[in-house]
Amino acid sequence: MTPREIGGYHAVAWKEPIIYQLGREGRRGYRVPPVEEEIKATVGDVVSRLPDKMRRKMPPDLPELSEPEVVRHFLRLSQQTYGVDTGIHIHGTCTMKYSPKINEAVSRSPKIAELHPLQDPETVQGILRIMYEFQTWLCELSGMDEFSLQPRGGAHAVFSNAHIIRAYHKLKGELDQRNEMITTVLSHPCNGGSPAAAGFKVVTLYPDEETGYPDIEALKAAVSKRTAGLMMTDPYDTGVFDSNIEEYVKIIHEAGGLVAIDQANANSILGRLRIGDVGVDLCHFNLHKSFSTPHASTGPGSASIGAKQELSKFLPIPIVNFDGKNYYLDHNRPHSIGKVAEFYGVIPNVLRAYAWIMTMGAEGIREVSEVAVINNNYLINRLIGIRGISLPWQKAHPFRLQEARFSLQKLKEDTGVGVGDVNRRIIDFGLQDMETSHEPWIIPEPLTPEPPETTPKEDLDRIAEVLRRISDEAYTNPEIVKTAPHNAAISRIDQTPSSEPSRWAMTWRAYLKKMKSDRK
Amino acid sequence: MLIHPYIPNSDLETKKEMLREIGVKSAEELFADIPEKIRYNKRLNLPPPKSEYEVRRHVESLLSRNKTSGELVSFLGAGCWPHYVPAVCDEINSRSEFLTAYAGDVYTDLGRYQAFFEFQSMIGELVAMDVVSFPWYDWGTVAGDAARMALMITDRHEILVPRTMSPERLAILQTYCEGQADIKLINNDHESGQISLEDLKSKISSKTAAVYIENPTYLGFIETEADEVSHIAHQYGALFIVGVEPLSLGLLTPPGEYGADIVCGEGQPLGMHMYFGGALLGFLACRDDEKLMSTVPHRLITITKTATKGEWGFTYVLPERTMFAAREKAKSFTGTATALWAITAAVYLSLLGPKGIRELAQVIMEKSHYAIKRVSEIRGVKVPAFKASHFKEFTVNFDSSRKSVEEINRKLLQSEIIGGKDISKEFPELGNTSLFCVTEIHSRADIDKLAAALQEALQ
Repeated sequence: MTPREIGGYHAVAWKEPIIYQLGREGRRGYRVPPVEEEIKATVGDVVSRLPDKMRRKMPPDLPELSEPEVVRHFLRLSQQTYGVDTGIHIHGTCTMKYSPKINEAVSRSPKIAELHPLQDPETVQGILRIMYEFQTWLCELSGMDEFSLQPRGGAHAVFSNAHIIRAYHKLKGELDQRNEMITTVLSHPCNGGSPAAAGFKVVTLYPDEETGYPDIEALKAAVSKRTAGLMMTDPYDTGVFDSNIEEYVKIIHEAGGLVAIDQANANSILGRLRIGDVGVDLCHFNLHKSFSTPHASTGPGSASIGAKQELSKFLPIPIVNFDGKNYYLDHNRPHSIGKVAEFYGVIPNVLRAYAWIMTMGAEGIREVSEVAVINNNYLINRLIGIRGISLPWQKAHPFRLQEARFSLQKLKEDTGVGVGDVNRRIIDFGLQDMETSHEPWIIPEPLTPEPPETTPKEDLDRIAEVLRRISDEAYTNPEIVKTAPHNAAISRIDQTPSSEPSRWAMTWRAYLKKMKSDRK
Repeated sequence: MLIHPYIPNSDLETKKEMLREIGVKSAEELFADIPEKIRYNKRLNLPPPKSEYEVRRHVESLLSRNKTSGELVSFLGAGCWPHYVPAVCDEINSRSEFLTAYAGDVYTDLGRYQAFFEFQSMIGELVAMDVVSFPWYDWGTVAGDAARMALMITDRHEILVPRTMSPERLAILQTYCEGQADIKLINNDHESGQISLEDLKSKISSKTAAVYIENPTYLGFIETEADEVSHIAHQYGALFIVGVEPLSLGLLTPPGEYGADIVCGEGQPLGMHMYFGGALLGFLACRDDEKLMSTVPHRLITITKTATKGEWGFTYVLPERTMFAAREKAKSFTGTATALWAITAAVYLSLLGPKGIRELAQVIMEKSHYAIKRVSEIRGVKVPAFKASHFKEFTVNFDSSRKSVEEINRKLLQSEIIGGKDISKEFPELGNTSLFCVTEIHSRADIDKLAAALQEALQ
């Protein structure tokens, strides 16, 4: 059988040209609203009054297409994109849950789409109330005292929390001394990158071989007068919950630092653990992960940050507040870190997440975490029997929370087929590829599937069947895996432009220039 | 027992079967990692679960309390502008595949990578730069990124910005540079509003990492001496960063042609609804220079070929540079961005084409100039504050009326008009002043109505 017959699937392959290769000169896809004659007569030739230096000489080289051509082109591109709605999509660390259509429908109402952020509060009481109630619900879910909806994604939330930690030490007059942020290597890379962007020196702890998380002693050794705080992900992307957390909080607090937890993986603990109850000072939730807002081809997402009472005065401005009668944007917070982004956050996602919580209620929220964890452990059970696949730290943590990070090291040693090959071969069976691991790879040849609560059991069985087949192929016919994908929209990509300045081109204009000089 | 429509395995039988296979008696056992004493065993205080119908009723009833900029006539801009969104934009960004994709590789997600490349290409054309990065949050945050790039490249610790810079964006820049660079304001000419070259020359030094300007400025007028600013910045070894509103580039000289090293801007006018300020799209472009590119915090996507003739592929450029691989060494962060809006902007610009964007920019200018004319006929107002060319925004000063902008706006609202942004606190030197925005969506009747209502409000 051919690889295509085995896979039983083929991606849509349009060989769609770049939009610059479509259309023809003079075509138009949109008619600009006209200007009334009286206006023209009144203002005259405004363009000629532009200072000559600032008047554009050559129009921008944009494509020239009619409306039907534009629609067809982008519809084809959408067909060549694999979303959660397309099929089995369990990219780990991302919580690829189903985004309910009702939330989409209400979020597209003109009653929210056509609101300007600076309108008189009197005219936006509806959306302000939604934001206010949503902040309250996030407090309830996390055990925190106040939330800001301003940050746009997880890394931005960590950046914002790093600035809050900064502001806290600055106010105490200890910022010069406290310039070190501790993190753990299994935390999302932004727990290194974002505090560094906020000016901190980053100290990274590595996991213990037995437990999968750092030893208490390692943290004690890292803590000093220079410690500003601890920023880490919990639960980890390995699906392990770092149960030292209470102890960490104690140690960091005793040293005068603060603790901020990245709750990108909160899906498995919703309604079961409130990080604020453990003494943590700051946290965030990703609305595009745990709260079902669509991942939107990589954003807009949204990540709300929560703070304990003592720190809430540092949250970005404004916060939505209620005076007993009206909802308003509270800018009067003199200790605030200020602005981390324009206006108030990704408001359509706030509305979607608000509708989602409303659909779930307290019982539904616990059902989410329960089924997500059942799904994950069911899949683990199915996968660990497959030749060449193992689950590091299995002895200490036989059960995992939202996801699990497997290792294909044995498969690689036995057959030469690595996780990159397997991940490309998965595609041939009609599945979206999976997360390997964030950097650095602590687990060799890592593979991280995360089946959220919206994944049916039949899909989990199918995933296990596909990985079993690929393992069999690796042991009997490794070439078919190494040369994959065979059933994708395109064949193997030439990676040279990735690092070759004369070949890379981020724009069509750069591509044309480089092609021309190539020919010379 | 609730069998939830979004949770396929929520029925008891399926759960039992799965738990049996896992080899546990209850789901509780699977949470063994979480110490018993820190678990939350109470009932969350959230509203009871609602059906889809109830959710719709409830949300729609709350939303009905809003009065939109479509129901009223709004003249607010200041970083989020009212423009018409062609139906095709919403059609494409509602496509489930784009809407629900995320981090798949090029083999599975070829379409969205191609759309990103096309977005980058069109932004590159507008600003006349060869390198455009993955989209980001908003103008303010990409201005912050651009400034930090300059700090890293020059190893200097000072950024110069014009006094007329958007206060919202300046606040973000301050957060981004907190503790790492000083931000100094360059004065502007009182007559023309233009950035003062004299003041720039007196403040720039070998400590300056970058000079940043906005064009058109926050106050709506066009900086004419941008090439001079570029020249002065480069004389001192500083980078020149320009922030732009993209539709203006249908008529204005692109920053790539007057010496910009980095360009940033706000893509919301390119097919995004205003969403209470929640649908912004920052874009970041720079020269095709490896040193500059090595400090870009975000993904860079290049076009490439595949093993099959005639097929396009895409891949990441210098991926080891970003936080994903370099962690703290990147000294920057990236992640979930604004990709769906970038796809939408590509759709919008494809619809417009080279002639459409020029026409649209001209229409906006004509209408805003008509508004300037009509409002300036009212006694007791001064419009605009500066003798300069304006694009779509302009200031209106009410000093001689002795009425505050707040009072005037309240009056306007009674006539179902949303007045301009009160900037009297942001720019005290401009007095009792409001920033108005006029675009292609405003008809002559809308503008005449504004003029009449203002006249009445000032009496």
